[in-house]
Amino acid sequence: MNMTLTQQIITIGMVVIGTMLTRFLPFILFPKNRETPKHIQYLGKALPSAVFGLLIVYCLKNVDILSGTHGIPELIAIIVVIALHLWKRQMLFSIAAGTVCYMVLVQWMGV
Amino acid sequence: MKTDKKIIVKSLKAAFPHTVPILAGFLFLGMTYGIYMNVSGFSFVYPMLMSMTIFAGSMEFVTVNLLLGTFNPLQALMMTVMINARHLFYGLSLLDKYKDTSFFKPYLIFGMCDESFSINCSVEVPEGTDKKWFYFFVTILNQSYWVAGSTLGGLFGSFINFDTTGIDFVMTAMFVVIFLEQWLKEKTHVCSVAGLGISALSLLIFGAEDFIIPAMIGLLAVLTLIRKPLEKGGKLI
Repeated sequence: MNMTLTQQIITIGMVVIGTMLTRFLPFILFPKNRETPKHIQYLGKALPSAVFGLLIVYCLKNVDILSGTHGIPELIAIIVVIALHLWKRQMLFSIAAGTVCYMVLVQWMGV
Repeated sequence: MKTDKKIIVKSLKAAFPHTVPILAGFLFLGMTYGIYMNVSGFSFVYPMLMSMTIFAGSMEFVTVNLLLGTFNPLQALMMTVMINARHLFYGLSLLDKYKDTSFFKPYLIFGMCDESFSINCSVEVPEGTDKKWFYFFVTILNQSYWVAGSTLGGLFGSFINFDTTGIDFVMTAMFVVIFLEQWLKEKTHVCSVAGLGISALSLLIFGAEDFIIPAMIGLLAVLTLIRKPLEKGGKLI
């Protein structure tokens, strides 16, 4: 563990503050149903897809294509997740099966 | 502020069925999150307290990574705001419904996760119940499922005696599924592709430790630039 307990508490505190900011801000800024700025409305529609794309890249940020397993287990497991999800559309099933698939792959390839 | 006991019970009975689908999902994902924290070296106290205070599923998974990395509070704050930015819009849609909820209001806003939002935003509060109690029960039931799941996961994590290498992929799989769901329901894939592309580019340029903030700035800039053509085409949902 790199962080001290205080640093952990500060980090978690930042996440709490950030989350609360996004939840309470509308109620503070628009107490009387004042109209939302157009650009904010637009970002509300455009941002979610983009952010989840960012989060996928964030999860894969330490994958090294040039060495180790070359990102092959990640690639295969992601294809499995997508295929299963397109087939069944069952969120928990796709997540669970994809994770098991990945665990089998990395353990078998012996990382 | 006194509400008849009968009305409170009736509100609970009306709220509970709406939360049953969430019960299964939150217990499963919550337990996975708890196990993930446990095998990452944190005691069950962490997932338990984090579920109580943060209560935003995907962000809690990301926080595990933040805690394992180098100390960077500003990045933690910025990432949280970006990832949870969608809550801003939940709030906007609930401004009306959550007024006149008196002393429940702060908790209702605090506990406004994706699932509680979608129930409270879409369900008509049944006759004979009290709306503030109904919203309160939906919110607190959902949160208790999540806290229970993550605490149990954190406790059971230490009894797991098989090799858990690779279990962290659960977070990747979760985001791939959410991304895919967005992809399937959107009319244009510009925003999704921009999210993946700009982040990947930023990763190449700035490296794994420092790419997040440039990626966010780049995303906001590009989304702002393409607003006109997107809106003109009427292509956003």
